[in-house]
Amino acid sequence: MVVLLLAGCGEPPWNNPYPSQDTSRPIFFSSFSERPKYLDPARSYSSNEWAFISQIYEPPLQYHYLKRPYTLVPLTATSMPEIRRYDRQGNLLPEDADPEQVASTEYRLHIQPGIRYQPHPAFARKPDGSHRYWPLSEDELKGRYTLQDFPQTGTRELTAEDYVYQIKRLAFPPNHTPIAGLMAEHIEGFEDFAKRSGRLAEENAKAGRLWTDLRPLDIAGVRVLDRYSYSIRLKDSYPQFIYWLATNFFAPMPWEAERFHAQPGMAERNITLHWYPVGTGPFMLTENNPNLRMVLDRNPNFHGERYPTEGSAADRAKGLLDDAGKPMPFIERAVYSLEKEAIPRWNKFLQGYYDNSGIASDSFDQAVQLGANGEARLTPEMQKKGIALDTAVETSIYYMGFNMRDPVVGSRPEDPADRARARKLRQAIAIAVDWEEFISIFNNGRGQPAQGPLPPGIFGYREGREGVNPIVYRWEKSRPVRRSIEEAKRLMAEAGYPEGVDPATGNALVLYYDTALSGPGSKSILQWYVNQFRKLGISLVVRATDYNRFQEKMLKGTAQLFSWGWNADYPDPENFLFLLYGPNGKVEHHGENAANFRSTEFDALFERMKNLPNGPERQQVIDRMVDIVRRESPWLFGYFPKGFSLHQAWYGNPLPHLMANNTLKYKRIDGVARAQQQKAWNRPVTWPLWVLLALLVVSAIPAIRDYRARERSRAR
Amino acid sequence: MPFQPVILATDALVYLLILLAGISAFYTHRHEHLQMPWRQVGRSRTAMGALVVIGFYVVIGLLDTLHYRPANGTDAQGNPRYATEVMSVLDWAATPLREHREKTYSAPFSTHLYMRETVELPDGSKVRDYPRLKWGGAHLADPDDAAMDIVQRSLLGILVGAGLWLGVLLIFARGRWAVMRGWWQDPAHGPQRTAAWTLLVMLSLVGLSLTLAGAYHVFGTDKVGEDVFYQSLKSIRTGLVIGTLTTLVMLPAAILLGIMAGYFRGWVDDVIQYLYTTLSSVPGVLLIAAAVLMMQIYMSNHQDEFNSLTERADLRLLFLCLILGVTSWTSLCRLLRGETLKLRQLEYVQAAQAFGVGHFTTLMRHILPNVTHIVLIVVVLDFSGLVLAEAVLSYINIGVDPNTNSWGNMINSARLELARDPVVWWSLAAAFVFMFALVLAANLFADVVRDAFDPRLRERS
Amino acid sequence: MMAYIVRRALYAIPILIGVNLLTFVLFFVVNSPDDMARMHLGAKRVTDEAIQQWKAERGYDKPLAWNVQAKGIEKLTDTIFFDKSVRLFAFDFGQSDSGRNIGHDISQRMWPSLAIAVPIMLVGLTINISFSLMLAFFRGTYLDFWGVVLCVAMMSISALFYIIGGQVLLGKLLNLFPISGYDTGIHAWRFLILPVVIGIVSGIGAGSRWYRTLFLEEINKDFVRTARAKGLSEQAVLFGHVLRNALIPILTGVVVVIPTLFMGSLLLESFFGIPGLGSYTIDAISRQDFAIVRAMVFLGAVLYILGLLLTDISYTLVDPRVRLN
Repeated sequence: MVVLLLAGCGEPPWNNPYPSQDTSRPIFFSSFSERPKYLDPARSYSSNEWAFISQIYEPPLQYHYLKRPYTLVPLTATSMPEIRRYDRQGNLLPEDADPEQVASTEYRLHIQPGIRYQPHPAFARKPDGSHRYWPLSEDELKGRYTLQDFPQTGTRELTAEDYVYQIKRLAFPPNHTPIAGLMAEHIEGFEDFAKRSGRLAEENAKAGRLWTDLRPLDIAGVRVLDRYSYSIRLKDSYPQFIYWLATNFFAPMPWEAERFHAQPGMAERNITLHWYPVGTGPFMLTENNPNLRMVLDRNPNFHGERYPTEGSAADRAKGLLDDAGKPMPFIERAVYSLEKEAIPRWNKFLQGYYDNSGIASDSFDQAVQLGANGEARLTPEMQKKGIALDTAVETSIYYMGFNMRDPVVGSRPEDPADRARARKLRQAIAIAVDWEEFISIFNNGRGQPAQGPLPPGIFGYREGREGVNPIVYRWEKSRPVRRSIEEAKRLMAEAGYPEGVDPATGNALVLYYDTALSGPGSKSILQWYVNQFRKLGISLVVRATDYNRFQEKMLKGTAQLFSWGWNADYPDPENFLFLLYGPNGKVEHHGENAANFRSTEFDALFERMKNLPNGPERQQVIDRMVDIVRRESPWLFGYFPKGFSLHQAWYGNPLPHLMANNTLKYKRIDGVARAQQQKAWNRPVTWPLWVLLALLVVSAIPAIRDYRARERSRAR
Repeated sequence: MPFQPVILATDALVYLLILLAGISAFYTHRHEHLQMPWRQVGRSRTAMGALVVIGFYVVIGLLDTLHYRPANGTDAQGNPRYATEVMSVLDWAATPLREHREKTYSAPFSTHLYMRETVELPDGSKVRDYPRLKWGGAHLADPDDAAMDIVQRSLLGILVGAGLWLGVLLIFARGRWAVMRGWWQDPAHGPQRTAAWTLLVMLSLVGLSLTLAGAYHVFGTDKVGEDVFYQSLKSIRTGLVIGTLTTLVMLPAAILLGIMAGYFRGWVDDVIQYLYTTLSSVPGVLLIAAAVLMMQIYMSNHQDEFNSLTERADLRLLFLCLILGVTSWTSLCRLLRGETLKLRQLEYVQAAQAFGVGHFTTLMRHILPNVTHIVLIVVVLDFSGLVLAEAVLSYINIGVDPNTNSWGNMINSARLELARDPVVWWSLAAAFVFMFALVLAANLFADVVRDAFDPRLRERS
Repeated sequence: MMAYIVRRALYAIPILIGVNLLTFVLFFVVNSPDDMARMHLGAKRVTDEAIQQWKAERGYDKPLAWNVQAKGIEKLTDTIFFDKSVRLFAFDFGQSDSGRNIGHDISQRMWPSLAIAVPIMLVGLTINISFSLMLAFFRGTYLDFWGVVLCVAMMSISALFYIIGGQVLLGKLLNLFPISGYDTGIHAWRFLILPVVIGIVSGIGAGSRWYRTLFLEEINKDFVRTARAKGLSEQAVLFGHVLRNALIPILTGVVVVIPTLFMGSLLLESFFGIPGLGSYTIDAISRQDFAIVRAMVFLGAVLYILGLLLTDISYTLVDPRVRLN
């Protein structure tokens, strides 16, 4: 009863998890499943963190929202960087110079004047011009637990100095930048700076000073040219570097922010750069309570950016150009609620309380039907609600790798017979493991079987007949058909394992599969793998471990078969092919080549491909590289996952973009339509409660009767 | 030999448990005063009904405990070669259930898959429709006949059950009708009648599953098309093992330490009290989580010692029992300590001490026999709690191995299915029914046992 | 009295040291500091130097419990165990491995936990006691029998079913409450109703049966029989004598539970996405944040010991015959 009364005192819908007045305003409601660990642009390297900070920090470049293939355009820069190439003697080379000759490269960037940072207490000043909130005494810090407890804010103009400062932060060892190792290979003076600043940091730590001022230290290859220009000098030709300039790692960082946070008592109060980003972007983080929700509000100091005007005819037809030229952002706030479980998230999306959603495997059939030709369509119920579907093949790959250092699935490199044996074994397995079935059972068809290491959307990927892996597939009736299991068995016999029997033991060949999969869904997946290998007579032993243990095994190279994935950092084939580059070997060099694959020919081609511009020559080199890995089969190429995402009818300008994360500014929300729909979808049903109440009353009758009877008998 | 027997770690302990139960039953049988409370249990109708239900679970659990490796061919010398995977007698008996795998979900008694698929018609056109199941109702020419067929098979099943029932009763009555009629008419045989009716219900269920389960998926199929009824049957052993072995492994420590603390007092008492206060002040879940993680790491470091998934899963199950035992022995220990403190004040114990009888003899002669009822009550009461705990632990992924069939794992994966629309409810329902029946029976039985053995209550009634 | 409390508090110290040692051993057998570093540094492009540095910054580069290189007493004090344990005794939990202040986190997450646990306890207690009083009133009749059967049936259902069922039924099908989530301040009540109702319902079976047993024990005592023989009405006997005397075991049962209320309900919190201490603990375990796990174990142990102490004290308060010694 109490429950009913309490629920009754509000306007329906009763199950609205937000304050009801917010529903009709242009506020974006979404969810996050895991609390982001680091919001510091020098540290953060995962998509769930970038989903937030990309709206806040602005690197010099960004990806064009509509253009495909993915194209870089300036963001805070006035134009694309000026790239100068020099030879060994330091002479400027022409633009079309042979990459072999290039000894160093220089990137010059000019940024727009007049860009200002979001309001932040670090910039607040006293009337006398000194900073308001630093230095602070212990007393002044009392009672301040979030950034909102520092009411006074200020701002400052963005300068080239801030970009340089951030690059220094990347090199500064205590920041643990994940790309520090990579950058040290390329940026001039990076490693030297890391050593010097690291020493300084140690001295400061010993003296009890929390802040290490990086400004006076110089990094040889990175210079401020004037207030709005700076240059970065690379030790080599590294054409992929330009993509890094569009990542948050190269976003500006005002030194005042670091100075502000480096006060005693701040870290103890969780007021750190990891939790409170300071940027120039369209949004700023106003509430950071990762146990509950993260709120982004419009940045009042935003320099203004207009919706892109160029786009394809298809974009225009979809209405993606309706907002062309209008000032962004279109929404005033974005509320992300913590939602760890898939079911509540999905149900709330259906109730209209989230504006967009991915699709968990289990709700897939409810939302999506696959058409006769495998194309995805929404179910009628979804269409009736006005929900729309976006699909895109992701620029990632899930593969199953062989450890090439293993004596069974790998081989002794000096023994050609042994090499042939192992290669045939791997090829046979490549045919036997039926990824089409995997995708249809475990991913609801959301994936594309991989024909090679390069996913679609990346230069070098080939469609159709030329793109088919001839080792595993045949081309029949204009589509690839997986080779028959008989062919695989023949390969097994040629490899010396007829019917999967290992001649050494006389028993079935035993292979070990290492995986970090665990949890409720893993059982069927693992069983599926076992069944695939059983087709060849191989007995697969699954060794499931936790992710730590798994990584350790990979590092030591004690695994035999394993599954892993890779998510592109940038849309360049180099970012995938380097996973098979010999000098990147996991065991010897702690690189990302987990299969420890090594082929002199492949390595040579890789070095050439790396420096070539996209074009027929590069395509040719890539084709040869792909051929090598197909023949050698160090991986079963697995599949490229297909991302399906749903959004409500009131969510405007939706377009999946696999490279850009700063897409919130393009989005539009029709709050009024949302409020109406939510009301219609969430009519409370109360009759079961009344039934329950009635049942309780009825069940009380015998008790009352019994009681009466007793009273009577007492009275008598 | 067509098979090679295998004794897994938990199997060995189950056999040990049976042995212990046998010995104590024999011992009780020889001593009249020990039989008294059991007689009281036997006079309770609820207890007898519950016991029959539990009995069925135990039989299934035991069938699932007899493990072996089937032979699959011979090697060069003509010696049989055995499969790597371990099977149990239950697996063998339920072979049709085990092998009748569909592609994915199908509803209970359904003849069609639960999901649309693209089907190619003979004329080459494609439609999306619910395809026929590979096994469920496959014997029917026309799936519309399913309802009729199910009714026929059900009737047959009940008949089979009733026939079995009569057979069993006749065996108990040593083949004499008069004895059976006596049970029927004699009011003193109420409990036996309840047991008989429960038996009829259970045997009918057995008959039904005999006639239906082979032809249909009685509880539907799960995501990868595995029969849910088979999963539920396999989960029984896991539930029983956790419920019984946990107490079995904790008993020696709890009894020894509890009695010693109460009997010797002084510093022994201090040390033991310190031990159990420390252990019980660590939040149980954290202790279990840490221990389970630790074991996983041990296992991944010593992978070569476990040849098959079954062995690994089994060891994890055993370890879970151990760690649950570690967290639950403290309460029993405390109870025993208190009881022993009281007992040692009694005259005959004091007298024994005065006569210089050794500590060991006193403990074995006077203390231990007088605390066994507490042990028994705790064992019986803990059982259902442990079965329920397994489900919760599996939910936070620190329970049994994900490869082990258990109700917790079933619930855990079924949770996601509830978000589907139309909803997939049968996995959850199956886990619910099987678990509820066992736990309810165990709870009812435990109540009666406690009433019978707790002297405080007995004096009063 | 005071002396007793002080002595008990002192007795807690060795227990807490033991608890700490136990968590420490368990956790470090599971996790080498290297594992922890790798876990926190992420999956992509992690170098060995980064791992070493991470360890050094958090003090995980020292020996675990015995420093061979140090001199004298430092052999014991210059170790991870000493570093990480001693400060706990001053309730200074330090930083979590991901760099948050644990003490502050706990002080914030405590409130949602209490907001769920306290209503469940209070309302649940009221419902359970009234229901079991009713059963005691009708003892021996078919009402009592079926009431007990209902209780046993209800306690035979796993808590998971209550939660799943409640969420689907009340949240999804009937649209009555938000399915999950939480809000700060006064708006929280809308999110709390569903978990609280489920928490209460799932506790009715076991609770009512337990109180019924308590009441029946009291009813059978001599003084109650005397009261009834004097001609007091059944209600007067139940409320005046039975309930009053049963209050002692009820109260002591409740007092033990009070401190553990802070720890929150693991299941309810994680199912409903409530940011309390229960979900904090679960998260810490899955992210292997040792600092948080250690702090929570310590806190749990302290609260448990506090509960024991409160029980003893409340015993003397309700029954002056019990002496503290």
